[in-house]
Amino acid sequence: MLLSIAWRNLWRNKLRSTVIFTSIAVGIIGAVVSDGFMSGMTDQRVDAAIANEVSDIQIHNPAFLLNGEIQYQIPHAEKILNKIEAIPQVKGVSLRMRTSAMASSANAGAGITIYGVNPAAERKVSDLYKHVIQGKYLSKKEKISTIIGQKLAHKLNLGLGDKLIVTVTDSSGNITSGAFQIVGIYKTANDRFDEANVFVNKKNLSNLIGYPVTTGDEIAIRLKANSQTAGVIKILRRIFKKEISNKQIVVRSWDQIQPLLKSMISMMNYFSYIFLVIILAALAFAIINTMLMAVMERTREIGMLMALGMNKRKIFSLIMLETIFLSVVGAVLGLVISIFIINHYATYGFDLSSVAKGLNYIGYSSRIFFRVNTNFYITSIILIILIAVLSSISPALKALRLQPATAIRDVQ
Amino acid sequence: MSIIEAKGIYKIYQETKVPVNALNGVDLKIEKGEFTAIVGPSGSGKTTLLNILGGLDLPTKGDILIENTNLKALSSRQLIDFRLHNIGFVFQAYNLIPVLTALENTEFIMELQKVSKKDRMKKALELLKAVGIADKANHKPGQLSGGQQQRVAVARALASQPRFIIADEPTANLDSRSTNELLEIMAEMNRKYHSTFIFATHDQRVMDKAHRIVTIDDGKIIGDETFERR
Repeated sequence: MLLSIAWRNLWRNKLRSTVIFTSIAVGIIGAVVSDGFMSGMTDQRVDAAIANEVSDIQIHNPAFLLNGEIQYQIPHAEKILNKIEAIPQVKGVSLRMRTSAMASSANAGAGITIYGVNPAAERKVSDLYKHVIQGKYLSKKEKISTIIGQKLAHKLNLGLGDKLIVTVTDSSGNITSGAFQIVGIYKTANDRFDEANVFVNKKNLSNLIGYPVTTGDEIAIRLKANSQTAGVIKILRRIFKKEISNKQIVVRSWDQIQPLLKSMISMMNYFSYIFLVIILAALAFAIINTMLMAVMERTREIGMLMALGMNKRKIFSLIMLETIFLSVVGAVLGLVISIFIINHYATYGFDLSSVAKGLNYIGYSSRIFFRVNTNFYITSIILIILIAVLSSISPALKALRLQPATAIRDVQ
Repeated sequence: MSIIEAKGIYKIYQETKVPVNALNGVDLKIEKGEFTAIVGPSGSGKTTLLNILGGLDLPTKGDILIENTNLKALSSRQLIDFRLHNIGFVFQAYNLIPVLTALENTEFIMELQKVSKKDRMKKALELLKAVGIADKANHKPGQLSGGQQQRVAVARALASQPRFIIADEPTANLDSRSTNELLEIMAEMNRKYHSTFIFATHDQRVMDKAHRIVTIDDGKIIGDETFERR
């Protein structure tokens, strides 16, 4: 009956309860939807980084990571490649030839990273081919061709069919140049990536710099599911235990390659929880105020319950249950509305095209697809119940301090 | 043997700078089955005495024994439990739980006493029938008249099978008809079940029904008359 009384008491002052439900619901919507937005934004950035830029896992010669010189190649790269391809979780593997270069046109020049890739293998590792907005992606048939980012094309004032002059250091340490015809222009959500990365057929780069086409300084691995990264890293470290201990290769996951991304995810999560806690702390005062009013209005009734023989534990539980119901009803309302909002924007995206330039510059898409964050929902509910329990302590203690004779006499 | 024995009861309220002596040495015995009215002018100490007899308040000095249990010796928790199992209350302002129906209000105390759902439902319906309000069992207090609410309060007070019932001005808010009906019900309960009733009242109609009238003034008993059952 205690549950029943607590629940029914909630509806005694419908206006007051509705105001509190609404406040809690709005607070929860604010926290959960902003988390959906931030998580969506972060996830999109991470997904894009994995899909277009770094893939799930990369393997390098440790010396290459220290100075980025192409001479530090991966020993027995082909053998390693074959072993990786045999791992069932692996979707694709690409052995790349990667080096720093100077790209220039008749009008301007820019520092870039040039990737010599096998187009067929690269398609399985990188989604860049999906972002070609003019022309086409690299293919084996094309002669001395390249695809460049739209940002670089604008900077160098180049277009489809134009020649991009690339200057690199060859295997003998000499500076050498080659001309690559632009067959495709790509555009990702990351302007800085588009401005700095140029892709060519590995065979052509191999000819230019003088390293055999079967060699490479970077192995990019794409998995069937990103969630398998940690597991596959373990497998790779086991398979290549000897190479790793001999410091011939180093295996790194996407978050080790781009630690900033990982810290960004942690930071966003952290902000979401701080935001949630601030909102709930503010709501706690509203809940305490409401329940104190409810207790003060019902002094005589509480006195009567005590007079009849309801013990303090039950009085305390009654006030606590009312507070929990009050909070949970508001929270459930807020969560249900939030789920609708998040699902809508998860499907159709939230358009931020008005600030697209700024977002693209820092690598974010201008259409944010919200993410449904189940953990955040669960945490929100737990925190709300916790806040409700804490908020109920002061009103419940006030109720307990009442003396039945005084409580009944004061109002009569 | 007395069901209640108040020995040398003093009650001094220290809530203001000037202490208020609400009771000044009250000695009173109540026997089982009595239908007693405590009367006196406003501020005479009726309600204070009733609260002390009902274990809602403790005397500053003196002892209150209910069938050999000294209420002053009980802890706060024991006192609450003692009230639950031994004392019934009927208040001036009815004091029903507004969100519960008449039936649920009557059941409420039995639930606190951990009586099974089936038994308390049966007993509550019987009591509502006895106070003539069984047809309103599913009505909430707000849907009942004052007289009907007070009948539910009587049913609730009887539900716990108390040793005695304390009724503080139970008819103060009722019209003549409701007062007469309520008094008749309580008198019937007293006759039929030998239930002990102790009233604090100004109401002549209650006094007319009582077979003992204890008069109190300035915190002292100044009169104690017993009548033949009326």
